[in-house]
Amino acid sequence: MDVNMIFKIAAVGILVAVLNQVLVRTGREEQAMMVALAGIVIVLMMVIKMISDLFNTVRTMFQLY
Amino acid sequence: MQMEIFQIVGLGLIAAVLAVLLKQHRPEIALHVSVVTGLIIIMLIMFKLASVLEALQGMAQRINVDTVYISTIFKIVGIAYIAEFGSQVCRDAGETSIASKIELAGKVIIMVLAVPILMALLDLIISIVP
Repeated sequence: MDVNMIFKIAAVGILVAVLNQVLVRTGREEQAMMVALAGIVIVLMMVIKMISDLFNTVRTMFQLY
Repeated sequence: MQMEIFQIVGLGLIAAVLAVLLKQHRPEIALHVSVVTGLIIIMLIMFKLASVLEALQGMAQRINVDTVYISTIFKIVGIAYIAEFGSQVCRDAGETSIASKIELAGKVIIMVLAVPILMALLDLIISIVP
């Protein structure tokens, strides 16, 4: 659970935005779409792990079984 | 210990700037930034809460409260935190209806958990009234 995750996700977002712009300008709309999709999946993978950590913490702390 | 509030406020400000920056081009990743920020802040707070919960449990044991009741209360608090978190995320994303459904689910589950306590209270009242 570290703060670096926020910067990581923001970096992925900025990178995907830039790549998207470049690909759209060069006329490769489908590839731009694919890049956007890949960015979403990568970020979602990172976020899901953290959400599961939070759920496990709350579950053990409040004895929710 | 108390200095962590500065940490949390700074974290929130930086994350807010990043989220606003990303919102123009990639709104979905801006949502992720805000979700992760919320997660980190909640995790920071949760570990503080653990000691309070332990103290409460010790107090309940000392005054001989039935362990079923105190654990039910803890469960209700946990469900309330989780439901609040989920509904806030959905509301951030603009999905107000999903947010209100999550809140409804939390309320229903809390009510189901509270039924045994209510029944115990009812039994007590019936046994007192001649």
